[in-house]
Amino acid sequence: MKYTEDDLKKELETQEYEYGFYTELESDTFPKGLNEAIVRGISKKKNEPEWMTEWRLDAFRIWEQMEEPEWANVKYEKPNFQDISYYSAPKKADPNKSLDDVDPELLEMYKKLGISVDEQKKLQGVAVDIVVDSVSVATTFKKTLAEKGIIFMPISEAIQEHPELVKKYMGTVVPKTDNFYAALNSAVFTDGSFCYIPKGVKCPMELSTYFRINEGGTGQFERTLLIADESSYVSYLEGCTAPARDENQLHAAVVELIALDDAEIKYSTVQNWFPGDKNGTGGVFNFVTKRGICETNAKISWTQVETGSAVTWKYPSCILKGNNSVGEFYSIAVTNNFQQADTGTKMIHLGKNTKSTIISKGISAGKSQNSYRGLVQINSRAENARNFSQCDSLLMGDQCGAHTFPYIEAKNTTAQIEHEATTSKIGEDQLFYCNQRGIDTEKAIALIVNGFSKDVLNKLPMEFAVEAQKLLEISLEGSVG
Amino acid sequence: MLKIENLQARIEDKEILKGLNIEVKAGEVHAIMGPNGAGKSTMASVIAGKEEYEVTGGSIELNGEDISELAPDERAHAGVFLSFQYPVEIPGVTVTNFIKSSINESRKAQGLEEMPAKDLLKKIREKSELLEIDRKFLSRSLNEGFSGGEKKRNEIFQMAMLEPKLAILDETDSGLDIDALRIVANGVNKLKSKDNAVIVITHYQRLLDYIVPDFVHVLHDGKIVKSGTKELALELEEKGYDWIKEELNA
Repeated sequence: MKYTEDDLKKELETQEYEYGFYTELESDTFPKGLNEAIVRGISKKKNEPEWMTEWRLDAFRIWEQMEEPEWANVKYEKPNFQDISYYSAPKKADPNKSLDDVDPELLEMYKKLGISVDEQKKLQGVAVDIVVDSVSVATTFKKTLAEKGIIFMPISEAIQEHPELVKKYMGTVVPKTDNFYAALNSAVFTDGSFCYIPKGVKCPMELSTYFRINEGGTGQFERTLLIADESSYVSYLEGCTAPARDENQLHAAVVELIALDDAEIKYSTVQNWFPGDKNGTGGVFNFVTKRGICETNAKISWTQVETGSAVTWKYPSCILKGNNSVGEFYSIAVTNNFQQADTGTKMIHLGKNTKSTIISKGISAGKSQNSYRGLVQINSRAENARNFSQCDSLLMGDQCGAHTFPYIEAKNTTAQIEHEATTSKIGEDQLFYCNQRGIDTEKAIALIVNGFSKDVLNKLPMEFAVEAQKLLEISLEGSVG
Repeated sequence: MLKIENLQARIEDKEILKGLNIEVKAGEVHAIMGPNGAGKSTMASVIAGKEEYEVTGGSIELNGEDISELAPDERAHAGVFLSFQYPVEIPGVTVTNFIKSSINESRKAQGLEEMPAKDLLKKIREKSELLEIDRKFLSRSLNEGFSGGEKKRNEIFQMAMLEPKLAILDETDSGLDIDALRIVANGVNKLKSKDNAVIVITHYQRLLDYIVPDFVHVLHDGKIVKSGTKELALELEEKGYDWIKEELNA
């Protein structure tokens, strides 16, 4: 009967990844390896114009000269980039099909993920663009959006249909030269979403993309470009899952947000990629570059719930270029077993009266390592800039680690910067208290974790907050006996 | 209601309960008094099933069923409630949310549906009025930043919401000023019925002016060494515990 920390540890180790199934779809997969021919091949497969092919090749040549970064607080065997296939498309996918025509096997897969397209369709106010491996298979609500002049489509289509917008903005926030993974992504990205909100338009629904990696030995390199024109508003959610596979899969995405004057972008992520098994075998390497730029009076808000991936390397950031612009970062990162997360944000204050808020909640269990890494940089011309940062860590058991690396660079004396950090442990006393009130230990942990994460969960759009809450419970499910 | 026979329990290598006997019938209020270190809080924790304590002998029966092998949450479902001496904080979980989980988990264990929100709100309104609790209080995080009095009042509020068969109040009077004490005691009195029982653990007779016990027991060195009526409490207040120790040694 007696429940000890050892039991907790054992339970944590034996929990399985709920989404660890593999759907058999006929796939069209490129041979492994990366060279100019592969880059050209991807571009050709996508039927891209010449300028895009050149853009990719330029990125590839930059990438070849770069080295993988090693500064993050994560340890892993570096992927062999010549042992990855850079293109994999479900053969039956056709973006022009209506939802009813979607491969029933794909729909089944969504159902297992709890995001069946049918359900999503019924969820009023949610438009979904689903990316399985590399090709978008379903886009809904396109018509409703089109009436408002909103463009929401796979980026491969946007390259064909709106080349002027793509050309103007792609690579302006995350340049090809930015970092190793961003350069790689620029060379080989296969799909992702494109979104443009016209001047003064408030997007009437949440826009949503769901990503998952399916084919073995493939990497996923999606590219998201979101432009909110002057005085517009959009709320965007991306969700990610990957089935369980033994070899580590690479995911290196780039997300660029552009908020023009007086615009507001709310970008929420729920990430539940395969974290590897209890021995630390397999799992997704998630090396992502996400950054947004705010013009005058603009606002960008990043909210993320990270429960998956074996290794996470991710810093959704804001460049507060315009005066009075606002950047926000709200994050929950859960690590279990051998997962490693090094995540946080960069708030670059360039404009006057710019304001940023960082709230990070790290939850570590098993033998995992969970690091917050953040940079708050106040430029010399950023008069009256303000930042508030709060980093809280919650530990379960005594073999996991929580780390906080806050960097602050203030070059203007009018800056006001506040940083708060706490570390706590789920105590036996808390669990006993809940038990005494009839709440079993598993539910008690869920309750405590949800309470701990509440400040961030509250920032998610309503329907996704519920989903995220469920996900937190699943990730720590079976963590105690 | 509760029947404890020859209960022995230890924490790590330290024997704390050394053959405790007590019987509490429905409708009764029992007070447990005794010097520091006598085992009063241990007794409460062991009845509630705290796993740090190892039961090495004896039995605990609730309504004829041996509960000594049940997990703490199962004992709660069976109707055991412990008002903690030091209630813990759970940041970010509101009093309302906590009580909702608590009620619904107990209902689930009994094969019942979740309590409809409407009924829950009605019950919350009733019970918070009974205990003179400002409803704003219910949206605060559980025990976070609560004063000593607020924590204890919150414990009794939960007791009112859960309607346990057996309530054990572990030093509920400590940290309460006289007004709070009166409110809490009135609450307990109003919740008392012929179908439930209350065990009051206290150092001081003061609380027993408000919650009048049917029986008073003195716990000393892990055993109940003297039992009596409420007059015993007055005698203890006046003379302290030494005379009992002397009596025992004689």
